[in-house]
Amino acid sequence: MDAPSIHRRLADRFADKIAAFQAEAQQPWAVVAPGAIAEVAGFAKSDPELAFDNLMCLSAVDYPKEDPPRMEVVYHLFSYRHRHTFVLKVHLPREGARVPTVEAVWPVANWHEREAYDLFGIVFEGHSDLRRILLPDDWQGHPLRKDWVDPDFYNGMHVKPTQQMAERAMAGEKIGVGPFDFTPPNRHVDE
Amino acid sequence: MTEVGGVLQNRFADNLVFTTVDNVVNWARKSSLWPMTFGLACCAIEMMATGGTRYDWNRFGMIPRGTPRQSDLMIVAGTVTLKMATRLKRLYEQMPEPKYVISMGSCANNGGPYWKYGYHVLKGVDEVVPVDVYVPGCPPRPEALLYGVMKLQEKIQEDRVLRRRAETLGSLAGASMAPEASK
Amino acid sequence: MSTDLQSGYGWRVDEIDNDEMILNMGPQHPSTHGVLRIELRTDGEVVRAARPHIGYLHRCFEKHAESVDYPGVIPYTDRMDYVASMGNSLGYALAVEKLMGIEVSPYVQTIRVVMAELQRIASHCIAVGTYGMDIGAFTPFLHLLRDREKILDLFEWTCGARLLYNYNWVGGVSHDLPEGFVRACRQFLREFDAITYPEMTDLLIKNTIFIKRTAAIGVCSPELAIAYDLTGPNLRGSGRPSDLRRDEPYCGYDGYEFDVVVGKGEFGPVGSCFDRNWVRAVEMKESAKILHQAVDRLEKMEHTDVHEKVPKRVKPAKGEVYARSEAPRGQLGYYIVADGTGVNPYRVKVKSPCFTAMSVFHVLAKGMMIADIIALIGSLDVVLGEIDR
Repeated sequence: MDAPSIHRRLADRFADKIAAFQAEAQQPWAVVAPGAIAEVAGFAKSDPELAFDNLMCLSAVDYPKEDPPRMEVVYHLFSYRHRHTFVLKVHLPREGARVPTVEAVWPVANWHEREAYDLFGIVFEGHSDLRRILLPDDWQGHPLRKDWVDPDFYNGMHVKPTQQMAERAMAGEKIGVGPFDFTPPNRHVDE
Repeated sequence: MTEVGGVLQNRFADNLVFTTVDNVVNWARKSSLWPMTFGLACCAIEMMATGGTRYDWNRFGMIPRGTPRQSDLMIVAGTVTLKMATRLKRLYEQMPEPKYVISMGSCANNGGPYWKYGYHVLKGVDEVVPVDVYVPGCPPRPEALLYGVMKLQEKIQEDRVLRRRAETLGSLAGASMAPEASK
Repeated sequence: MSTDLQSGYGWRVDEIDNDEMILNMGPQHPSTHGVLRIELRTDGEVVRAARPHIGYLHRCFEKHAESVDYPGVIPYTDRMDYVASMGNSLGYALAVEKLMGIEVSPYVQTIRVVMAELQRIASHCIAVGTYGMDIGAFTPFLHLLRDREKILDLFEWTCGARLLYNYNWVGGVSHDLPEGFVRACRQFLREFDAITYPEMTDLLIKNTIFIKRTAAIGVCSPELAIAYDLTGPNLRGSGRPSDLRRDEPYCGYDGYEFDVVVGKGEFGPVGSCFDRNWVRAVEMKESAKILHQAVDRLEKMEHTDVHEKVPKRVKPAKGEVYARSEAPRGQLGYYIVADGTGVNPYRVKVKSPCFTAMSVFHVLAKGMMIADIIALIGSLDVVLGEIDR
């Protein structure tokens, strides 16, 4: 099935929940209302004509400069039976983004959603185990947001390269045999 | 090997060697460096290739040990992330003295290609452990790692075991863990 | 590092039985294929539940991709799956070319196929070799590493690097093949057919102990595999003949004759650890078949300039694309969003095959013995650089 027919089939079933259809893009997508994504996903998988049994990728993208500013969760779907693909998108506000989980439809979404939560702060309602997956458990903030600023320290370790290091590297200094300020303590101490 | 001159020189057959205890101890230590396999990322593959048949580190006496308790060299091969850094420090502390650290690859030296925007990358393993030899490269060739090991062996050969003040025990790198140095 | 057993790690203290313990494997462990940490809830031998913890190699690839320009992302893609870098940069180059509508010449496509298949053989050498080493067979690992060095020689001759090449550029490749490459490649293929493959088969694949240890564990049905988005050799080991080189050909793969290797369950149920590993081993032979055809074509083909279609400044118009390719570990997908204004990508999201392969781990690991857990990780062939990016 090609993209417009897939969209028509979804829109026939969920008329008001499918907000927009971008047909001109290279890979057309349909925007789904956030509250309905779990239903739409379930239908997309169980319907014999659509049969989207595989979630290829679940990504989150941050668009702070759009009007209105939003965060998107993009679902790339694939069907092994019919060999067609489709893209669903969900538009969320940048602060307090919440969307139902599709973990029950595609179990692989468990880890994808944990990653989106970890790096963007999007909360997936109904997720069985929503906690950080890539970053440490006590990390503050969500780094892939466009307004992320590196902290200076994490548990006593420099996060940003030290000013000294950066200045020396930018000045083209050839870094030699040792670290910048480390002298071995008992190097040939003649007693 | 230093020569003890005078009375004993050239009096005996070649299978009798005169040297200092320091030299013998250092020679033994440098010729049987047992690395702890601490491969983290891409440099670990080059470390494995160094252990392979073409570049063979076994001829240097290096047998990789999985546990820190039985190893005396930690080759930090790969990017150290902030999540991993605490574990790295703990493993370093579990190694018995004398212990040495080779920082292999640019990620372990100073953060490598991730130095500018890597919010989760430790900018150099020397933030958490003292390092003896830095091997640059991304990844360093196996020959480069072997050169780094040879430089470490030179450093070990100059180590002073018997002729040292009593307070500073242990290896060159481990001396920074001595009480007066930890302030 | 949270030590509160009731929050971060998911298992409540009161859930653990009297005879159970929580055992920690990793992140430093001789055989976890990278810095993977697995928490086992076990009674000492049989694992009741397993929880993988990742993120010990999270190197912020996606943040770097937003901060450097399109060609500058390619070295970072190399470092994700560092065992098979040609595959990563190929996937990225294909995605950006799809976004910009660039078509490369057949000569560049053939070079890309040659490099990708050589990389596939090298990557499977490591996969099969380290799997044997995890089980306890150290010798095949050394043999396969020795033979992998021949491939790395070819790569080094072409582009100067042994492991991380920065080779597949947007619109072309970085270096043309040197004079005599075809002859050297044929020499390698001769040695592969005569020495590497028979040795590997005799020493490891047909080894009774290896079969007994791997053929009955880690059985993954095709439905479970598709639900958890297992791809590549993991899915083919479960019996599904799904290969992107055959189903959605790119780089001219539809012009080559090769078989899609599928797990047959000769020694146990279909989809066992042995089957996944067997698919990788036999795929090396299929890659050699493709290579024979590709180098034959290279000889007769007209040599065009490999930098012909490389744009001076990669600045795609506003748009987005999701492109996937068959990396040695599975389907590698790149979701690239371009905003049309800058030279940096707006967002690059990588769907790495090992990430999804690891997500099925907790299902397959229930009821296994601890030694079999090691066999399971090896059969999924995970590379942590790709999982954590």
